Formats: sequence, C-alpha cells, structure tokens
Amino acid sequence: MSADFIAHLGAHVVLAGAALLVAAAIGIPLAGGAVDRPLPRGVLLALAGGFRVVPSLAVLTLTIPFLGLGFAPALLALVVLALPPILVNTDVALRSVPNATLEAARGMGMTERQVGTRVRWPLALPVVAVGVRTATVEVIASATLAAFIGGGGLGDYIVSGLQTGNFPELLLGAASVAVLAILADAALGVTQRRLALSLSPTSG
Amino acid sequence: MTSSSSTASPNGGARAGGARVELDGVGVRYPNAPFPAVDGVDLTIESGTFAVLLGPSGCGKSTLLRTINRLVEPTTGTIRIDGGEIRQRDATDLRRGIGYVIQAVGLFPHYTVAQNVSVVPRLLGWERERVERRVDELLRMIRLDPARYRDRKPRELSGGEAQRVGVARALAAEPRVLLMDEPFAAVDAIVRASLQDEIARVHRELGTTIVFVTHDVDEALRLADRIVVMNAGHVVQTGSPTEVLERPADAFVRDLVGVDAETRRLALERPLIER
Ligand SMILES: Nc1ncnc2c1ncn2[C@@H]1O[C@H](COP(=O)(O)OP(=O)(O)O)[C@@H](O)[C@H]1O
Ligand SMILES: [Mg+2]
Repeated sequence: MSADFIAHLGAHVVLAGAALLVAAAIGIPLAGGAVDRPLPRGVLLALAGGFRVVPSLAVLTLTIPFLGLGFAPALLALVVLALPPILVNTDVALRSVPNATLEAARGMGMTERQVGTRVRWPLALPVVAVGVRTATVEVIASATLAAFIGGGGLGDYIVSGLQTGNFPELLLGAASVAVLAILADAALGVTQRRLALSLSPTSG
Repeated sequence: MTSSSSTASPNGGARAGGARVELDGVGVRYPNAPFPAVDGVDLTIESGTFAVLLGPSGCGKSTLLRTINRLVEPTTGTIRIDGGEIRQRDATDLRRGIGYVIQAVGLFPHYTVAQNVSVVPRLLGWERERVERRVDELLRMIRLDPARYRDRKPRELSGGEAQRVGVARALAAEPRVLLMDEPFAAVDAIVRASLQDEIARVHRELGTTIVFVTHDVDEALRLADRIVVMNAGHVVQTGSPTEVLERPADAFVRDLVGVDAETRRLALERPLIER
C-alpha cells in the first residue's frame, strides 16, 4: 500500500471516527435525558426524523456558508447524519426495558439513579449499540462525500478520478470505502452480539 | 444482625417477625381519573398476619398494596408501620425494609440468580461474605440447590423457579413486611399449588407480615389468615376465610365466593398439607 493511500485511509477513519464519537457523546445522553419527558422527547424525535430525510450531500453543502471548506464543516455534517439513528435507537432501547423490571428495582429501594445505572442502561445497551452500528456505516459511506467540500479522505480518489476520467483511481476510492464500511459493520456486529449474549442464557 | 448457615431460619433460630401495618382513611386518586382508585380504606394488619386483598380486576388491590411501600402516594389518609408514619421516612430507605414480589417476577435478566437475590443486601452495603452466605441460605430455604442455581441467569429458570427466586430476593434482607402482587398468577395450576405451599411454609417459619394480592378466591382461602375483600376501591369485608364464606357481608361477597361456598368451606377444614 502506498503512503498516499494510507494517508487518505487514515484521514477517512479519523473523520468518520470523530463524527461518531461526537454524535454518540451528544446523542446518547440527550436521548437518555428526554426519554421520560414527553415534550422534549417529541421535539427530539421529530428533529431526528427530519434530519434523516435530508440527503447527505445537501447537509454537506449547507454547512459551507457557515464553516467554509475543509475538515470542520465535513465533521459537522457527518455528526448531523450520525445523530438520528443514535437518538432513535437510544430512545427505543430505554423504552423497551419492561416497566415491571423498573418497578421491581424501585420497589426494592433503588434510587432513580441506581435504577438507571444498574438496570435500565445495562438492559438498553445492546439496542443502543445497534444505533451506533447503523450510524457507523452511514458515516463511513457519507465521509466519501466530504471530499467534495475539502474534507479529505478516500473520497479524494473518487473526486479526482471523476475529474480526470481516471477509472482505476475512482474504483480504488469506491472499493476501499465499501471494504472499510463492511469491516466496521462486522466488527461492531461482533461487539453487539457480545452485549446481547451477556443478557442471554448461554453466557452463564 | 448476624446470619447463620441454618437452612430454615435466616436468623439462626430467632424469627425476624412481622410488623404491624395500619391504614387510616387511605385514598388514592390518579391524576385525571374520574373517581378514586382506592377510597377511604381503614385497615389494620396485625404483626405476623397473612393478609390477602381479594377482589375483581381493577378494584384497586395493587394500588392499595403499592401505597404501603410508597410506589403510590395516597392522596388522603396515613399509613403506619410499627406505629411510625411511612410518609416521614425516606422512600428508598423504607422500601429496602419491605419485600416486594410482583406477577411479572421482575428478576433482572442481566443478573445471575445470586446477584438478583442479593440486590437489597448489596444496596444496604453488606459485606461480600455475609451476602454470599445469605444467598446460599435463601436458595436452600426456597429449595433450590445453591451450587446448581447460584450462577444461572433468569432465562435458564422455569416459571416456578423464577418466582421462587423472586420470593427469595424479596426476603433477602429479612423484611418485616412482604408485599406480593398476584405473584403466582402467571404459572400453571400445579406449580401454583406448590408455590402456595412454599410461601405458607415460609410465613410459618419467619412470621413475616404478608400482604398478598389476588383475584383468585381459592388462593385467598388457602393462604389467608385474614381476607380483605375489595370492590370498586372500597374494602367491603374483612375476616377469616371461614367468616367470609359463612357470613358474606353483602351480595357482592356472596357472588364472589360463589355457589361453591359450601365445598370451599369443607375444603378449609382439611389441613394445608393435604390440600
Ligand atoms: N398508574 C395509574 N394511573 C392511572 N390509573 C391507574 C394507574 N394504575 C391503576 N389505575 C387505575 O386504578 C384502578 C385500580 O387499579 P389497580 O389498583 O391496578 O386494580 P387491581 O390491582 O385490583 O386490578 C383501575 O381503574 C386502574 O385503571
Ligand atoms: Mg393488580
């Protein structure tokens, strides 16, 4: 592998990884804080639904007037793209913990905080992980488009391949993004199954 | 308090005993409800009594039960346990001293049997060794071999086993009051009968005050020292099983105990073990 390829791959991974970290750090606590409050929850889920239908490229281009070109607008756009699946899955995850289980926890004298940290969040975790996994695949794919606004990464090969009519270069960009997305999905799939398994009988 | 390794009594012979529970004009009205779910209930449950709240679905049994551990706050009236008003106490602190068993079991699926059983002792900050000893003691009490069951997850238990673990969990910190909300409604008739024998035995051994909710007349007659019949948020009769069968307070109670009252009365005369 050439040094040039490794640099592009690295930039792609850094951009996607940073976007996911920021989205998870914002989205998971936000959804957790809103889940039992009807009004904020409604607003949050409506926003998530709204962002979900906006095409990636539109989000990317809309950030240019505010942040110009480069890494920062690309990061912001990818965070916006990663948030909906994380918000929605965290919400679903927390709400799917049976009421009876939470009631039992309260009835035994856990504080609300203990109910959250010892029972509700651990039980919600596998489904939260599904949201992060979905967001990861979307972000890795969409980070390709970041090249159009100067965000760098593997998308650079596609942009320049298109401009110069260099088909092998374009193919290199497209194929490596696809492989990266598949690998990340598989790795997170394993993690997620581990989490789910820790709740199932066979883990002892 | 120290725990012994005795299988029968967690106190090593001394009974944990039961508390006296007094309800005084207790009423609950849920927000936006057209009428109260529980209305003006006066009820004294003497120390060590097995009291059964009996009545049709929706009559307010669970609501009344849940006022005792403050999962529901009464809109009127007061509740005292051993003379102390529970409203004055910290709710989580109060609940750690009251056992609670529900129909859906509510075992934590991510915890092992041992972790489930030891929730309250760990909340109370017991030392690890004492917790472990207590877990084994409780599993033996509900007749599950500790070596085989300690490390299982709830999904590896049958319905009856899970419900017994739920009972063990509720009894872990030697509560003086045990609240049970239709605990055996979800298991089949044969398992239910053996769970009923089990809880009757535990009650005899520990002398805990038990408040038990059911809509099943036969279950109430089988277990209760005192039956508290409820209808539409009110207590309509309180009495021993025999009294309720022989002298129903009104047409509602007569209909509830039904045409089989005579058969049921005869069944009561046989000792529990045979039934
Ligand atoms: N959390 C709640 N909010 C509003 N109404 C409730 C709530 N819980 C119970 N109710 C209502 O209160 C009444 C009594 O319910 P409940 O105590 O559960 O009866 P039971 O246990 O005898 O079936 C019912 O009409 C029920 O719909
Ligand atoms: Mg009920």
